[in-house]
Amino acid sequence: MSMVATPKDTYLAGFAALERAGTAAPAWLHRIRRSAIDRFAEIGFPTVRLEDWKYTNVAAIAAIAFPPVLAEAPAGPGAEALEPFAFATPGPRLVFVNGRYSAKLSSPASPPSGVRVTSLAEALVTDAAAVERHLARHGDWARNGFTALSAAFAQDGAFVHLAPGTRVEEPIHLLFVAAVPAAPVLSQPRNLVVAERESRATIVEHYVAVGDDTYLTNAVTEVVAGEGAIVEHYRVQQESRRGFHVGTTEVRQARDSRFTSGSVSLGGRLARHDLNVRFDAEGASCELDGLYVVGDRQHVDNHTLIDHARPRCTSRQLYKGVLDGASRAVFNGRVIVRPDAQRTDAHQTNKNLLLSESAEVDTKPQLEIFADDVKCTHGAAVGRLGEDAVFYLRSRGLGETAARTLLTYGFVSDVLARIAVEPLRARLDALLMARLRDARAKETR
Amino acid sequence: MLSIRYLHAGVEGKDILRGIDLEVKAGEIHAVMGPNGSGKSTLAQVLAGHPAFAVTRGEVVYEGRNLLEMPPEERARAGVFLAFQYPIEIPGVSNAQFLKAAVNEVRTRQGLDELDAMEFLELLREKLALVEMDQSFVSRAVNEGFSGGEKKRNEILQMALLQPKLAILDETDSGLDIDALKIVANGINSLRTPDNAILLVTHYQRILSYVTPDRVHVLVGGRIVRSGGKDLALELEAKGYDWIREDAGAVQPARA
Repeated sequence: MSMVATPKDTYLAGFAALERAGTAAPAWLHRIRRSAIDRFAEIGFPTVRLEDWKYTNVAAIAAIAFPPVLAEAPAGPGAEALEPFAFATPGPRLVFVNGRYSAKLSSPASPPSGVRVTSLAEALVTDAAAVERHLARHGDWARNGFTALSAAFAQDGAFVHLAPGTRVEEPIHLLFVAAVPAAPVLSQPRNLVVAERESRATIVEHYVAVGDDTYLTNAVTEVVAGEGAIVEHYRVQQESRRGFHVGTTEVRQARDSRFTSGSVSLGGRLARHDLNVRFDAEGASCELDGLYVVGDRQHVDNHTLIDHARPRCTSRQLYKGVLDGASRAVFNGRVIVRPDAQRTDAHQTNKNLLLSESAEVDTKPQLEIFADDVKCTHGAAVGRLGEDAVFYLRSRGLGETAARTLLTYGFVSDVLARIAVEPLRARLDALLMARLRDARAKETR
Repeated sequence: MLSIRYLHAGVEGKDILRGIDLEVKAGEIHAVMGPNGSGKSTLAQVLAGHPAFAVTRGEVVYEGRNLLEMPPEERARAGVFLAFQYPIEIPGVSNAQFLKAAVNEVRTRQGLDELDAMEFLELLREKLALVEMDQSFVSRAVNEGFSGGEKKRNEILQMALLQPKLAILDETDSGLDIDALKIVANGINSLRTPDNAILLVTHYQRILSYVTPDRVHVLVGGRIVRSGGKDLALELEAKGYDWIREDAGAVQPARA
């Protein structure tokens, strides 16, 4: 009777438990979950044999059993533990502990009329029609083991719905906290942002940890931007140094909509983010900025995919990375320009700064252009700090480490400057400058 | 303050400086002149500690310390300043941020309190006036997109902020129009006190009309071939460097 349980069995057993608990999922969601767990059982986690995962080996994730969090509202950390991650903005803040909504820690504020900011678990009841129309409908959840696993356990996360013409001035802060008291857990927030016609909002997805634990965050966010809608989206990943983070953001854009993204990746032992944008109608635009700063043995992987499916759309990407220690980064920027997507304007830049001999970057632009009247550029660079600049700063009294850190800060400052949420920008700025001060302190010792 | 003795230095096994001897006392201004390729800039860079140059023989004593053993930042903290011939552009770092970091770094190492934002701005305003730069200058990235003259004035601004004991100016006068030259000269003169010393490396006599040197040295082939008072500069201006080269060749026939 006794058999060695594989990590995969943990997920299948977790799914069976979810089914037994009979969480009142509507029939349509139940069907998706069932197909998704079957898909996961079939394909498991991706391996390096797959082109999309060639440089990111998730064997370390596959080897660990991360029991899915099924219970509602885990005890979680105290409010004071979250203080370092709060912004000084009066906007709504939803807090999720291990992927589950915590009413106690959240301050949803009262959004303008026509705007819903709540948990997905609640929205499944209160906003059933909107959730059914969009949840797990955008992007292919069958694509890989992570997206399949997310769909199989889709039950909680953030739900933001903007009625036509509504605007939320203050950024909506979605704080995902990993709090692991004992064993590793699997946290799977599932977020849905629906911005109807001519609406506008700023969303900050923020992944943090209160301890230094091993866990897996497997997050999926779907963003639907209606005609003329403007969605500013930030995604800040500050997982623990032993945490694993896999995230997928699926964006669908209607006519003349605008999506801006600031994706910042600082934490995690291994972090992967897939950002997939599809233009479903003419005149849409997106601006994707990315910043990753890693060290030690961290691994960070950014995959972007922009599908210029319709004419007259504009995309601009600027991803910058700083690598220290024996860290590794991957950037894969794929741009598809479909045959009738004339007058496409697509620009992509990826720049990397290596601070050590043993850090490594794999950067790969992937342009697939099937239309002829298009403007597409791409550029990738991997470099080191200029020794003349280091000497210049040292000759002004800055220690070598401080000099290098200031130059490094200079390298990333244009991406930082593009973060329009001032408190977030200031926080990230301070975080990087703190490294400067730390470096200085270390030197003095 | 500064004693350079028999200094040999160069790059990749090739000596550029071949036995420099120079004594600079507090309160003095020394001009080091010489034709292109004579080693003037190398001397300036070696004194500031540029890692690209290796010192093969000789010694440099600064305020009783072995300067050559000090890393560049320690030299700066001990009051040595080099105004670069070609100031480096640093994209993404604002001039204000850079200047504040430098000033506070040097202050803390000298046992002074760091300046807060307000105190720093006050100091900065005063020094900006000295080099006739406006406030917009400090919000731009360090030297990025600066004209040649702006870069040189930025060097003088840094010097004025850091208040070095020994300032080494590496052809800070080159490529400046007369107005900029006067501003730079004014900045140098304002640093002149009985406690400070200035080493002015220059190709031309021009700046010496505004900054009067106590001593003038002529560098040829990595050696000081002649030293004199301020009149030596005028003589060089009138006759060019060729006569002194020939002269030096006659004095030191062994030189290759």
